[in-house]
Amino acid sequence: MADPKLQFAIFAATGRLMEKRRKAVNAEVCPDYQEMRTQANAVKRHTIEHLDHYLELFERNVEAHGGKVVFCKDAPEVADFVLGLAKERRASLIVKSKSMTTEEIDLNERLEHHQLEAVETDLGEYLIQLAHERPYHIVAPALHKTKEQVADLLTERLGVPRETVIEKQTMIARAVLREKFLAADIGISGANFLVADSGAVVLVENEGNARLTTSAPKIHIAIAGIVKMIPRAQDLGVFLKLLGRSATGQPLTVYTSFLSGPRRGEEIDGPDEFYVVLLDNGRTKVLADREKRESLYCIRCGACLNHCPVYRKIGGHSFPWVYSGPIGAILTPQFLGVNHEPGLPFASSLCGACAEVCPVKIDIPKILLDLRSEVKKAEIREGTNRLERLAFMAWAWVMRHPRLYEMAGMAAASLSPSGDGGGWVRSVPLGIKVPPVDAWLSQRDLPSAPAKSFRQLWRERR
Amino acid sequence: MPARVSLFVTCIVDQLFPKVGIAVADVLERLGFLVDFPENQTCCGQPAFNSGYREEARQVARHFLDVFGDADYIVVPSGSCTSMIAHHFEDIFEKELDSLARARLLAPKVYEFSRFLIEIAGVDDVGARLDEVVTYHDSCHALRELKIKDAPRRLLGNVRGLELREMDAAEECCGFGGTFSVKFAEVSGGMARTKIDSILRTGASTVVSLDSSCLMQIQGALSRAGLPIRTLHLAEVLASR
Repeated sequence: MADPKLQFAIFAATGRLMEKRRKAVNAEVCPDYQEMRTQANAVKRHTIEHLDHYLELFERNVEAHGGKVVFCKDAPEVADFVLGLAKERRASLIVKSKSMTTEEIDLNERLEHHQLEAVETDLGEYLIQLAHERPYHIVAPALHKTKEQVADLLTERLGVPRETVIEKQTMIARAVLREKFLAADIGISGANFLVADSGAVVLVENEGNARLTTSAPKIHIAIAGIVKMIPRAQDLGVFLKLLGRSATGQPLTVYTSFLSGPRRGEEIDGPDEFYVVLLDNGRTKVLADREKRESLYCIRCGACLNHCPVYRKIGGHSFPWVYSGPIGAILTPQFLGVNHEPGLPFASSLCGACAEVCPVKIDIPKILLDLRSEVKKAEIREGTNRLERLAFMAWAWVMRHPRLYEMAGMAAASLSPSGDGGGWVRSVPLGIKVPPVDAWLSQRDLPSAPAKSFRQLWRERR
Repeated sequence: MPARVSLFVTCIVDQLFPKVGIAVADVLERLGFLVDFPENQTCCGQPAFNSGYREEARQVARHFLDVFGDADYIVVPSGSCTSMIAHHFEDIFEKELDSLARARLLAPKVYEFSRFLIEIAGVDDVGARLDEVVTYHDSCHALRELKIKDAPRRLLGNVRGLELREMDAAEECCGFGGTFSVKFAEVSGGMARTKIDSILRTGASTVVSLDSSCLMQIQGALSRAGLPIRTLHLAEVLASR
């Protein structure tokens, strides 16, 4: 919030995405939008509750097509698999298409640590890789970068002349990345969906880089969270429609790839080897929690970020993990533990805009409230934040005793600055030091207490 | 025999905005209801619930159930408190079956003020007059948890002399959010200023909502900015003549 220019840019960019989505889900162009949400929610619920079955089915079908499924528990296991394969195949260069899952496990850093170069090929991802940053937004990783900043970045890192026209910047990146595509030994993608009955990885994108990543190199590795599963190819339609509309306001993205297995005998393109890495990394732990497992329905459209008034003020890098915004606020404590960043579930006005736009109907405010309760339980166990708890205990006591409540109200009113009601004050009398009051006054004026409370007025009225 | 209506004014109206409660009572009495104010009422427990203190919320909610247990209708001049009682008592009493049963009996009797007027009193014109240009702020819990969108607009639309101008960000949060407003004061204040920008674009002289908490946030920020725009609760508009 310290940078007003950045804040305005984020506010404007998310505002444009909101407007695009609004037009795309409008009843005129998308009359069955609400039914699609209900359907998507039901499919996700069913899949998550029968995930073991669908994981096995998926594995069988991938292998029937000549591919291989690798189950990984955590980040090191994924890195070990990729490094091991790269070593066996004498690979040195990897191209990657956009994948939040690999961001989640810091895959690039882990590979670089072993002198394996991994180049991001989605334009936004490429830019933040050059800048050594993490994605600012689930869908638009470089949302926060102005074209001037991109110009400086390209000049600094690639030594090219400074260029501020976006199309020309794209051409600069494209020229670099084409070479990488041609030279790469391995292509790593994420997955938007895994289709169990087809053993297929589905990728949606607008730039065509995912298509190149998964077809130009001899080896394709798709890395996906286990919860990306959907049962059948025929379930895909509703998700593709919802994802594009919710993310960028597109009825469908420019490219949708349906990838099942390596290149077969008669085919002219495609990889020789096809691997699907299925990552747990905490997902089964979340799945075990009946109350909050719907958090795993997320299809990473980013609509909740765009519509969140808090995200729009503070931006993606203020969040503690790669998943930012409302979905990040519920995933982070569940994956990393409520003590990781205990303030996070509280950083919401509970306005509910996120749940309203969520294409799979995740009740984010309810989960935030559950997490808040878990944070407080942990504090009580550990004996921390005692003062706040005491204050709420005292408050609850007063609220159960109406006479006490009335007296407390009168006492507070007598301390109030003017006491005549209707006035708004900029400060409280010297000597009164209540942190929440100070915090309120740092931004807004405070109403002065009225001369009489409602109950006093009511008694006089009778 | 006129229908009896029990008024839950909410703690914020009782302590800070008593005129709102009087306005609610005025409107209801003019429509012929017998208005009752159970004097033992305090709060619905929402501040504790939203802050993660479920046990403290339950204690206060039980008190609410005791006070309003035999009400026929409970009218509340707040979307947020209505939603707490009608929806979230379910959550906090999940494992307390006796209270859960009482909360479930109570829930269908709890009405946010504008919804009560439209659905139970069956009026959308209360005979009010206010010569002003107003804009209406959708409070989040009324809009998204109670699905109240048209009722207040219909009521405002029938006030003589009143011109309703929609703001472009009517449905965006004002940034109050209970303890959020002080725990994340800077973000909350920023949200209020965004709201004010939208209010200013309408040229309205008055902002109307059905939650006094939102109005405290909006008026506090308007006052800090030195802007000559006032806020009124819907009940205050409907009580004016």
